[in-house]
Amino acid sequence: MEKFVYIALFAPLVSSLFAGLFGMTPKKMFVGVIASLLLASSFVASAILAYHVNLTGSGIHVTLMDWIGAGDLKIPFGFIVDQVSVSMMVVVTLVSTVVHIYSIGYMDHDKSFNRFFSYLSAFVFSMLVLVMSDNFAGLFIGWEGVGVCSWLLIGFWYHKPDVSPEINPSISPSWAANEAFIVNRIADLGMLIGIFILYWNVGSLQYDVVFAELPNLANGVLVAAAIALFIGAMGKSAQFPLHTWLTDAMEGPTPVSALIHAATMVTAGVFLVIRAHPLFMMTPEVSYFIASLGTFVAIFAASMALVNRDLKRIIAYSTLSQLGYMFAAAGLGAYWIALFHLAAHAFFKALLFLGAGNVMHAMHDELDIFKMGGLKKAMRWTYIYMGVASLALAGIPPLAGFFSKDAIIETAFNEGTFILWAILVVTAGMTAFYSFRQVFLTFEGDERYKEFGIHPHEMYKFVLIALAPLGILAVIAGFFQKTFQGFVTDLLPNYEMSEHTHHLAMILGAVVLVFAVGGIALAWIKYGKGLKRNEKVENGFFYKLLKNQYYIPQFYAEFISKPYAMISEIFWKSVDMKIVDATVDAIAKTIHTTGDSTRKMQTGNLSNYLNWMGVGVVILLIAAAITPMLG
Amino acid sequence: MYEQIAFYLFSVLTVGLFLVTVLSSNILYAMTSLAAGMVLISGLFFLLGADFLGVVQLIVYVGAVMALYAFAMMFFDASKEIKEKNTSSSLVFLLGGLMAVLLVLMFAAPILGENIQASYPPEVGATNPQAVGLVLFTKYLIPFEVAAVMLLVAMIAGIVLAGKKMDESLTTMDDEEVTLQKDKK
Amino acid sequence: MIGLNHYLILSGLLFSIGLVGVLRRKNLLMLFFATEVMLNAANIAFAAASHFYGDLTGQMFAFFIVAVAASEVAVGLGLLIVLYKKQGTLDLDDLATMKG
Repeated sequence: MEKFVYIALFAPLVSSLFAGLFGMTPKKMFVGVIASLLLASSFVASAILAYHVNLTGSGIHVTLMDWIGAGDLKIPFGFIVDQVSVSMMVVVTLVSTVVHIYSIGYMDHDKSFNRFFSYLSAFVFSMLVLVMSDNFAGLFIGWEGVGVCSWLLIGFWYHKPDVSPEINPSISPSWAANEAFIVNRIADLGMLIGIFILYWNVGSLQYDVVFAELPNLANGVLVAAAIALFIGAMGKSAQFPLHTWLTDAMEGPTPVSALIHAATMVTAGVFLVIRAHPLFMMTPEVSYFIASLGTFVAIFAASMALVNRDLKRIIAYSTLSQLGYMFAAAGLGAYWIALFHLAAHAFFKALLFLGAGNVMHAMHDELDIFKMGGLKKAMRWTYIYMGVASLALAGIPPLAGFFSKDAIIETAFNEGTFILWAILVVTAGMTAFYSFRQVFLTFEGDERYKEFGIHPHEMYKFVLIALAPLGILAVIAGFFQKTFQGFVTDLLPNYEMSEHTHHLAMILGAVVLVFAVGGIALAWIKYGKGLKRNEKVENGFFYKLLKNQYYIPQFYAEFISKPYAMISEIFWKSVDMKIVDATVDAIAKTIHTTGDSTRKMQTGNLSNYLNWMGVGVVILLIAAAITPMLG
Repeated sequence: MYEQIAFYLFSVLTVGLFLVTVLSSNILYAMTSLAAGMVLISGLFFLLGADFLGVVQLIVYVGAVMALYAFAMMFFDASKEIKEKNTSSSLVFLLGGLMAVLLVLMFAAPILGENIQASYPPEVGATNPQAVGLVLFTKYLIPFEVAAVMLLVAMIAGIVLAGKKMDESLTTMDDEEVTLQKDKK
Repeated sequence: MIGLNHYLILSGLLFSIGLVGVLRRKNLLMLFFATEVMLNAANIAFAAASHFYGDLTGQMFAFFIVAVAASEVAVGLGLLIVLYKKQGTLDLDDLATMKG
């Protein structure tokens, strides 16, 4: 079984290096094909591992080599394939395989075709390191690795110039990439501090050692470690207040948004909370905070999605919102439900994004849904895919989203946190509304694109076929809820609804369903027959507040970025130039003047040199004579 | 008693002769005194029981090296007085004197490390040349061979540099002249 | 009684004389003589140490120094000849071609 672990892990690395060989050359079709095949082999290996783990009920633990050994610090390069990591592996490799195949079609006309595949595979490798590592150090390496790949991929079209935020809220791909990277750095500091706290108090970074030692630690230490680790998770999963980067990250190519900013990387924070569940279970106050924050982000992000006009940003907000759901579940202790929603969400959200990519491709990179409409004639399959994904997202039975999201909402009810429950139910309604607002504005109604002279066309056949697995999974994944629960609860604590909740399950589900169907119906009434703009609403306070993302980006720019730039300038001019640079310059000048004045020794006359040599010999002799006297 | 007399005699004479070598402006005097000083040094070697080294000193230095210098002197036509703008003597004698004082002070001090272990003591019952031969061709065989190669290299270098035709040398010519030279042959 | 110190002092004196010669001389041939003096001074020290410690290593070193001195003379004189042909002089001050 060990060899499957290595195949699953290293096939993406090989793919990345192979594609990297051709990074600077013009498009080569075989690069994409081979990368996709390698990713597919990684998926197959992961699936075999999942089957094996399911069969034996125990994980596979391999140690590749000793990685860091310094004093008492011993970190092996070890990997663990257990129920949690193998479910993540299957999801990651499946989605990335589909995205790789999709990218062959999507990046068809891009001159950096090969480079794209190199980055994409490198991302998958980093993600697998993150997921499979058996210690916090390896997790952190993968964590940083996905951060770097995310930076590379968001800024993939780095040559686009900067524009003002009024025209494009994310200014430019390179700006968005830097924003994502810097915001993640802030959060990673928290994560590092958490890892340090654990290491100081436990003396190891291995998961099993750390978790076994937890009951012996003081409560304060546990809370500090949990908070610090969660700050790391907040950055990677774009939770409030570090959420701004995720929507700006939509500047990257759409397959990137589908893979990284919907299905895999942003869920790393949830994965971290699930992975470190023994720690979070022992700190109920932190867990409750996580649940509350998750719920807040769910409704907060959904509200911004209500009014946005950008096809990809709407999906990005919905991703944020769904991540909030996952954190709510994880915070309430229902770790398996969080993981289940993570997997189901990965399928339908990736599908939604890739569908949006098809639309973008057809509309020549136009993203404003107010300029679309009536695309269903030209793009029937994309309409079906996006419709299915949106139904799943909205939580309509029997699609995947219904089972996973309903379970989370039920958990909130079961825990007696009725406020969270109410918010989550309302959010479910909002989710349904904004998803179908987007779908109807894009595919139904009048054909507004005609006045812009665009002739939309359907995506390549093979791309549509490649999307089929995601489409099927978005439909049927929910039926495996019980199987999945049985599988992962070998490792994770089981979470069952109480008897009381169980009786009410039907009613609760019905409430959620009413909200979801209501949202869809509202979307149909408002947008089903075409776009009717209402000036009065659009100029209203709430509309503007939501449209400007609660003015948070402006707030950050005014109160964080600008003062920081000012302080930097002051430090540059007074400290750097006058102290640091001056010191360095003084050293250089001293050496220069010394050299300049002693240059006269170099007369070019050999006998002068001999004299100097004699002087040197005498000085050395004096030194030799004095040394023994000094002892 | 004789040893003491011999040591002091040889020492005084050597120092005097070498001073002449260093200070005389007549090259002939300088060379002659150098040769004489070296003969006396070989006497010191005999006093120290290093018979073979003394003989080598006589043959190599006094015989070969001095002969070379003599030929060189004739080549340079330096038998006449040499006009030198010697370096300001105060600096030279200051440095030399300082050095001498320091070295004398250091060597006059009692020698530490009395219990030095001899790594290659002379064979018991062997004469000095025999003992030297035994060590030289066993423990120092490789340095000996290397020295032999070095001497060969030096010989070839000497021949190439000095050349058969003493009035022209390949090393001072341009490439074109060298080819011209070849064509002539 | 003559001890190791006596020989070493003699060696040091001769070495200093050699140094004076090296520093003072401008004629290259004379400079060579001075270096020979210094080499011989070192040889005396080696031979004396060899004698008083009953160890042949010192003599071995003296032999190698003799070999090096012989090579030096051979090559050095060859170079002097070339130099003389080129410059017509052996004076050090006329060789200041290394001036930067």
